[in-house]
Amino acid sequence: MSKVTMAKSHLIGLVGDEDTCTAFLLGGIGELNNAREPNFLVVKKDTTIGEIESSLRKLLARKDIGILLINQHIANDVRHIIDGHTAAIPAVLEIPSKEHPYDSSKDSILRRAKGMFSVDEMR
Amino acid sequence: MGSGDKINVFPSRMILSVMKVRLKGAQKGHSLLKKKSDALTMKFRQTLKKIIDNKLVMGDVMKAVYFSLAEAAYSAGDITQTVIQNADKAQNKIKFQRDNVAGVQLTNFTMHTEGSDNYQLTGLGKGGQTVSRCKDTAQKALKLLVELASLQTAFITLDEAIKITNRRVNGIEYVIIPRFENTIAYVIEELDERDREEFYRLKKIQDKKKIIRAKQKKLADALTKKEADKAMSVDQPARSILEQQHDPDIMF
Repeated sequence: MSKVTMAKSHLIGLVGDEDTCTAFLLGGIGELNNAREPNFLVVKKDTTIGEIESSLRKLLARKDIGILLINQHIANDVRHIIDGHTAAIPAVLEIPSKEHPYDSSKDSILRRAKGMFSVDEMR
Repeated sequence: MGSGDKINVFPSRMILSVMKVRLKGAQKGHSLLKKKSDALTMKFRQTLKKIIDNKLVMGDVMKAVYFSLAEAAYSAGDITQTVIQNADKAQNKIKFQRDNVAGVQLTNFTMHTEGSDNYQLTGLGKGGQTVSRCKDTAQKALKLLVELASLQTAFITLDEAIKITNRRVNGIEYVIIPRFENTIAYVIEELDERDREEFYRLKKIQDKKKIIRAKQKKLADALTKKEADKAMSVDQPARSILEQQHDPDIMF
């Protein structure tokens, strides 16, 4: 038996490079909350890892974000935060970027499952 | 006796039956939990497979998104700044539903659209078609990503639930049930020993009684003989046997 749908809607957050952000913001997920804080972070060449970390932590702590998209190459830089995030919500989803195609061996989620069986077995 | 951990109880028959009932309960609980763990593990494996498949598809979908973005950038110019500045109200949001699978609450994300499109006017100047194509591709990609996120949350929740259930199964199997079994064995041993003690005691009493009776018989025989000799010489009325025999109280 499933429960009633939750009345609140949640946002899709995003931490990505310029192209990723442009693409998905066009898709209509960007929002500024009451404090004019965006639910996304555009990572440019000069964005420091510290900035990425603090933005990421803030986004993960926000209760109104259900899914957080993050480019895989950025995720590699802040791997320790992502591995430490064990709650089910927000769900952290690693997406490839234009220059860095998808690499399943670095994905946090699949690494958690490595204990059970190897990823290649499933293909 | 005293092998392993046991509950400290006073050994009695009632306690024995109570313990037996509790042991049965623990065994039933153990088999039910094991079934739950197996069901969860099966669902877990299925989810994992779906995740892996979806991630591969996602790789391709993202490539399509970047491609159409490049097209849009080519014809409409650099829209990055306009897009980022105009992000105000999200059009696509997600709702979550709770599903119950084998006793575990799983969250399911569904994307839904609300409000108007912020970017209707973007690219009207030039390359409008490519921009709206990029929009569509991005939205399709979002749908897929939302599905993927649902699978991922299910994965993590199932993982936690499986760990907890397995911990309980092992706890019952290796701690609780042996404890009950040891207690029952101890109580049975104590009861048997008590029975043996009772039996031994009764035997001892019987032996003692026998010895006493034998002694009394000897005494009585000796007395009757004396009386018989006396009666031979003097005529005396018959005596009642009851007068002579007197039962000493048996005291332990």
